[in-house]
Amino acid sequence: MEDIIVQAEHICKSFTNHTALDDVSVSVPRGKVYGLLGPNGAGKTTLIRIINHITAPDSGIVYFNGHQLVEKDVYNIGYLPEERGLYKKMKVGEQALFFARLKGLSKADATRGLKEWFERMEISDWWDKKVEELSKGMAQKVQFIVTVLHKPELLIFDEPFSGFDPINAGILKREILKLRDEGSTIIFSTHNMGSVEELCDNITLINRSRNILSGEVRQIREQFADNKFELTYIGNPSELQAAVQPFVVNFEFGPIDRQGNSTAIVNISDVEARRHLLAAANQTVDFRGFREILPSMDDIFVSAVQSANQSNQTA
Amino acid sequence: MKSALSIIISREYLERVKRKSFIISTILVPITMIALMAAPALFMLFSDGESKQVVVVDETGQVFSRLKGNDEIDFVASTAPLSELRDQEDNEVIINIGRDAIAHPNQEITIYTRGSIAMMTDAFISDQLSSAIEDIRLEAYQISNIRQILNEVEVDGSFSTIRIDKEEDTATSSAVSYFIALAMDMMLYMFILIYGQMVMTSIIEEKNNRVLEIVVSSVKPFQLMLGKIVGVGLVAITQILIWAVLVGACSAWVLPLFNASSVEEPELAGMLGQLTDYGFLASLFVYMILFFIGGYLFYSAIYAAIASACDNIQDASQLSTLATMPVIIGIIASMSIINNPGSTLAFWVSIIPFTSPMAMMSRLPFGVPFWEIALSLVLLYISFIFLIWLCGKIYRVGIFMYGKKPSLAEMIRWARYK
Repeated sequence: MEDIIVQAEHICKSFTNHTALDDVSVSVPRGKVYGLLGPNGAGKTTLIRIINHITAPDSGIVYFNGHQLVEKDVYNIGYLPEERGLYKKMKVGEQALFFARLKGLSKADATRGLKEWFERMEISDWWDKKVEELSKGMAQKVQFIVTVLHKPELLIFDEPFSGFDPINAGILKREILKLRDEGSTIIFSTHNMGSVEELCDNITLINRSRNILSGEVRQIREQFADNKFELTYIGNPSELQAAVQPFVVNFEFGPIDRQGNSTAIVNISDVEARRHLLAAANQTVDFRGFREILPSMDDIFVSAVQSANQSNQTA
Repeated sequence: MKSALSIIISREYLERVKRKSFIISTILVPITMIALMAAPALFMLFSDGESKQVVVVDETGQVFSRLKGNDEIDFVASTAPLSELRDQEDNEVIINIGRDAIAHPNQEITIYTRGSIAMMTDAFISDQLSSAIEDIRLEAYQISNIRQILNEVEVDGSFSTIRIDKEEDTATSSAVSYFIALAMDMMLYMFILIYGQMVMTSIIEEKNNRVLEIVVSSVKPFQLMLGKIVGVGLVAITQILIWAVLVGACSAWVLPLFNASSVEEPELAGMLGQLTDYGFLASLFVYMILFFIGGYLFYSAIYAAIASACDNIQDASQLSTLATMPVIIGIIASMSIINNPGSTLAFWVSIIPFTSPMAMMSRLPFGVPFWEIALSLVLLYISFIFLIWLCGKIYRVGIFMYGKKPSLAEMIRWARYK
C-alpha cells in the first residue's frame, strides 16, 4: 500500500458569499511532489490553509501521518504562502532567525542552518541588510529558506514561482527536487503548467471548488492521450495523404522539421488502423519516424476545466 | 526551546526599542518637559528689572501713596493733564483717579491702556486700587488699632482632615488625593491612546506586509496577539522608566535652585502627613499599577480586535473611535467621582471593565473597600483574556477578508466561527 502523508477527506468550506471547497478529497503520497492545479479562485489556497491548520473546514477531516491533524503538526510543515511578506524594518538575518525559532528551532541550530542555506543560495552578504532594501525576488529567496529551514516532513508552496525570474525559478526548481530527494514531501499550487510537467509526480486539478481530476501525472497524460501520432517522412505530402486516408480519423499536414523532413499529424482509432497506416505510409514515402504525441498539461488543464464547466452547465 | 510567545514578545520589544524614533522621543520628551518646567523661572529671571510703568494721575492726593508696585509694575505719579499723557506713546497704562474717587470709585476711576492688558496686571492693579480705597475708607472711621483688630479677626481656612476609618488616625489631604488621581488618570489616558494604537498599527502593518500568513502558520493568533500587547506594553514601561530616571536626575539638579524661594507653609502638614504614610502609599501604588496595567491590557486588546478586522489604517482609525469613547467616558465619570468618591455611580463605574481603570484611579486615593478592588480587578483581567481570545478568532477569519470593510455584525459572526 502506498504511504500517504496527507489525506484530506470530503472537505467543505464556504465563506459568506461563496463556496470555496465542495467535497474535495486529496491524498498526498510521501516523498513525492504533488501539484495542486486550478484556475484562479478555484479554492487551492483555501485547501492549503486547511492543511496548514490556519483555518478549519466546515466539514471533512484532514489526516496527517495517519492521525487527525492537530496544532503541533505545524512544526512538521513548512508553508510558503502566496501572500507572503517580511517585516520591512528588520534585518534579513534577524528576521530569518525569528521565523526559524517560531518553528521550534533553537537559536544555535537556526543560525547554523541559516548560514548554510544563505551560502547555498548565494546570498550570504544579505544577512545584515534590511528587508526594505531587497527586491521582491530577493525577498522570496529569504522566504523560501525560512520555509524549508526546519526540515519539515511536508512542504507547501503556494504559487512559488510567481515573481521569480527564469534563473531564480530554475534555482528554486532544483532546490525543490533536491528536497524531495532528501525525503520531504512537497505540495505546491500553481497555474504554471510547464513547471508541473517538470516537477510533479502527482496532481489534483481543482475547478470551481471541486476536485475534477486527480492522479499520477504520467497516468493522466496517457489517459488523456487521444491516439495522436506524428509521421516524419520525405516525399509527396498529397500522395501520403491519399494513401493513409482510409485508416485515419483525422489528417493534417505538420510543419517541416529542422532536418528538412515533412511531417503530418494523424488521429487514429485503434491498433489495427495503426498497422495499416504504417504499411501504407511505408510504401508511399521515404518513411523516417513515427511517435505518439502526449497531450501537454496545458491541454489537459484546459480540456478538463472546459468539460467540467460544460457538465456543470448541463446539470 | 523557547516558547513561541516569548519569541514574539522579544521581537516586538526589541524591534521597537532599537528604532531611532523610540530613542529620539525617549530623549526629547523629558527635555521638553524640563524646558516647560524651567521656562517660567527663566522668564522671571529675564523679565527682572523690565517692569512696566503705570502712570497715575491722582486728583484725590490720597490714593497714590498707598499703591505698592511689584516686580513687574511700577506706579509713577504724574500731574500732567490726561490728554497730554494719552498722547505720549510710551505710556502704556494710565490710571486716572478722579476727585471723588473715595466715595464713588467705579465712576471716578478709569484705566487707559495701550493695547490689551495682561490679565494678571489688570487684576493686580484693581486689587491695589480697591485695597487702597478700602484703607482710606476704614481710616475715615477713626478707630484706633483697626489694622491689628482686622489681623486678629482673620481666619485662614486650612483645616486638618483626619480619616477615622483607618486603625490609626491619619492626617490626609484631599488635595493630594485629588492630584494623584488626576495625574494617574491622565497618564493612563495617554498610555492607552499612544500604546493601544501602536498595537493596532502593528497588526495592520503585518497584514499590509503580507507577513501575517507566515506568522500564523507557526503560531496561534492568540499567542501572536498576546505577544504583541505584552511586547508593546514592555516598551511603554521601558520608556516610562527611562523618563522617570531622567526626570528624577534632572530635578535633583534643578530643584535646589528653587528651594531658596520656597516657603514653609502650615497647609503642607496634611499633605506631608499623607505623603509620609508609607503603608497607605505602598498599597495605593500597587493597586494603581494593577489598574494601570489592566486598563492598558484591556484597551489594547480592543484595539487589537479592531485591527484584526480591518486591513488598512483608515478603516481602523474610524472604528477605533469606538474604543476611545469609553476611555473618555471613564475620564469624565472619574472627574465627577473625585468630587463624590462614595456614590452609587462611582461604585458601578469602577466595577465595569470599560471604565473601571479610570474610575478606580480616582477612587483609590480616597480609600476603597478591598472586595470592590478585588472584584473590579478580576473582572478587568478576565475580560482582557476574553478579548484576546476573541480577537484571535476575528484575526484568523479576518485574514481572508482583504479589501473588505467589516460591519460590526460581521465581526460578531467571525468570532463565532470555528
